[in-house]
Amino acid sequence: MTGLMDPLPKMTPSPSTAADSTQRRLLMALAAPVGAITFSFIAATIMLFIAGSNPFEAYGDMLGHASKLETQVSMINRATPLYISGVAAAIGFKMNLFNIGVEGQYRMAAIFAAYVGGAVALPGVFHIGLIIVVAMLVGAAWAGLAGVLYTHRGINEVIATIMLNGVALGVIAWLVRSWQAEGNIAQVGVGTERIESSGIIPNLSWIPETLFRDLTGTGELTGVLIIAIAVGVIYHVLLNRTIFGFELRASGLNPRAARAGGVPPRRMALTAMLLSGGIGGLVGIAEIMDKGRYNPNFVGGLGFNGIGIALLGRNHPAGIAVGALLWAFLEASSDILQNQGTAPKEIIDIMRGVILLTVVIGYEVVSRIRKRDEAARAAARLTESTS
Amino acid sequence: MKALDRLPTSLRWMALTAIGVLALAVIEIITDSNGLTTGSQAGATLRWAAPIMLAGLGGLFAERAGVVNIGLDGMMILGMWFGAWGTINYGPWAGLAFGILGGALGALVHAIATVSFGVDQIISGVAILIAAPAVTRYLSIEIFADYDGGAITQSPRLESAGKFTFPFFAGGDLFGWKSPDMLGWFNAKDYPIVSDLTEVARGITFNLSMFTVVAYALIPVIAFVLWRTRFGLRVRICGENPAAGESQGINIYAYKYAAVLLSGALAGFGGVFIASPELGGIYQEGSTNSAGFIGLSALIVGNWRPAGVMAGALLFGYPRALGLRDLDGGSTHALLLVAALVLFAVAVGNFRKRNYTDTVLAGAIGGASLLWFLISDTVADWFIGILPFIIVLLVLTFFSQRLRMPATAGQAYRKGET
Repeated sequence: MTGLMDPLPKMTPSPSTAADSTQRRLLMALAAPVGAITFSFIAATIMLFIAGSNPFEAYGDMLGHASKLETQVSMINRATPLYISGVAAAIGFKMNLFNIGVEGQYRMAAIFAAYVGGAVALPGVFHIGLIIVVAMLVGAAWAGLAGVLYTHRGINEVIATIMLNGVALGVIAWLVRSWQAEGNIAQVGVGTERIESSGIIPNLSWIPETLFRDLTGTGELTGVLIIAIAVGVIYHVLLNRTIFGFELRASGLNPRAARAGGVPPRRMALTAMLLSGGIGGLVGIAEIMDKGRYNPNFVGGLGFNGIGIALLGRNHPAGIAVGALLWAFLEASSDILQNQGTAPKEIIDIMRGVILLTVVIGYEVVSRIRKRDEAARAAARLTESTS
Repeated sequence: MKALDRLPTSLRWMALTAIGVLALAVIEIITDSNGLTTGSQAGATLRWAAPIMLAGLGGLFAERAGVVNIGLDGMMILGMWFGAWGTINYGPWAGLAFGILGGALGALVHAIATVSFGVDQIISGVAILIAAPAVTRYLSIEIFADYDGGAITQSPRLESAGKFTFPFFAGGDLFGWKSPDMLGWFNAKDYPIVSDLTEVARGITFNLSMFTVVAYALIPVIAFVLWRTRFGLRVRICGENPAAGESQGINIYAYKYAAVLLSGALAGFGGVFIASPELGGIYQEGSTNSAGFIGLSALIVGNWRPAGVMAGALLFGYPRALGLRDLDGGSTHALLLVAALVLFAVAVGNFRKRNYTDTVLAGAIGGASLLWFLISDTVADWFIGILPFIIVLLVLTFFSQRLRMPATAGQAYRKGET
């Protein structure tokens, strides 16, 4: 038996085990995502097979499609809002908050931003800036409501954001009708007033065009990409290079300990919610810039998918980017499957769900194995030092 | 209120219902609207509340076992699809069975992820919410699109499981003999207030669908199972203190699985109900209309108890049924006054408890509601849609101390860990 006062066993594993464990750690880190993607691949193969099409032909189509420059541009376009949504969810996760209200926040933000953007005419930078600021403020306000309910009334943030999602959808349905563009009475469901060209973020098509070839008529590279990159960089710097980020992470990991260290958990929770909502408000910008307005069939589901992407990327800015691109690849592939008549495009949403579940299961299994390994190693060292 | 608290639970519910109906009848007179207390409104409320209640009961089982299930809406969608498919191929009762299985299938995924692997329960729910509509769309493309009258987003029309009228109360048949229609007799007399009550009572006993009867019969059954049987006690210990349960030799995982599967089964029933001729009459994409989430709200408002879930579902089903039948928006408009009065009562209650923040808050929201009532003549349908969510937020804001969710709901449990 070792008593409390005994010297701690020496923590110097032999060099060979150190190399083993690094390798093993790397393997473990990759095991979950690779395993998940393999599993979903198998699931998709079965589904395609049942649908009566040749799975390998379908995969060939998907890869062939993805190797085209136009598809790659469209993939980046699709990944842009997904990435922003993923970062929005990740900020919440870092504070141990589950903001599943990004769905409501971005739509609410988008309709207000589009309305304000359509109502004014300002010189370029200011017009664009105004739209972005309105979007962020509305997103933050809608999330802040949930934040206040959480911090001041102790209402679970999941419940609060679910309910606010419901409210947002109802309110938007009403706003779309009342803010309908004028002079378009015959055209029901046209959406808000069109935003003047000064308010539209210019596209970035010149980048792929100078690098590769002309894209005229086959699609544009969205300018919102810049916002997405900025969001990613700011997220990284804020979290890892500032005192605020440190406090946020500390508070998320252990609010009591952080509080003892002088970090008020309530204020951190509210700030995280506001930040998450502010970023979430930007999710809809890409669609607004593309369509020039908020129309009644505005894209939905970006918020829920953002949660999945944040989980895939383990809340890391680069990981989220990989997740967003994977999601975008699936989405782009769904079009080609549909067009070729190979399979209904819904197969891609099923795959997303399967990937998400298998990835989180994978992460969980890996962390359990790690814990077990650690316990075994500690036990081994203990017996070594005492025998 | 004190006198009410002393009554046995069942009587208290009846008394509260009667008071509610009376208050509505009075408001009906004040605001000169009609439709708040008609029999058909009562019947419609039952129908619209049923899927919400079933989803809420589904949430009840899962959360009582310590598993939060925000994928209820997804499971309802699965239940709706499989229910429609079963109904078309094998008739309504088989359809119900298939719908229940469909919902349970979604729940099985949730159970594997959360119980066996300890995945975060919200995340698993989100995955189900993403995948379920895609699964049913895929199935519809493969199957319903080939049916006569079907499409990629909807099924052909479905057949009803039949109607039921209570004997003696509303003149239903009893083994081929037509029983007297007591409540109908009262209605015909047109006594003030009494006839309002009997009309509502007749509305909820006359010409109900079989599914409605089964759904509401589940309330006492589930209350009994959860509070009076060994199985129920064990399900609840999973949600309150699984480690203690394990020390008594209970297989916590097995009970959690059972509860989550039952949860999906009930949500599946809710889905079948939406597709049945009682409400939609077809499987149609998007027609759950967030009923799963509203069911979750009913669960919270109902304080994680079966009768409470039913009360919450009726509370949310009422404006929905009213909104659909109230074409000029007049009756819905009267609800604003109801809301204002309730909020003022909350404000007074808080004032007496010297809780001045809540007094001001409730008073302000009540005042806004009253103002809205006074300056407008009608209320748009969108307000009805968001009412459940607003109610649940208000209830949580003002009454969260009186609500108690199962202690370990939302937490993963692993054998041998405390």
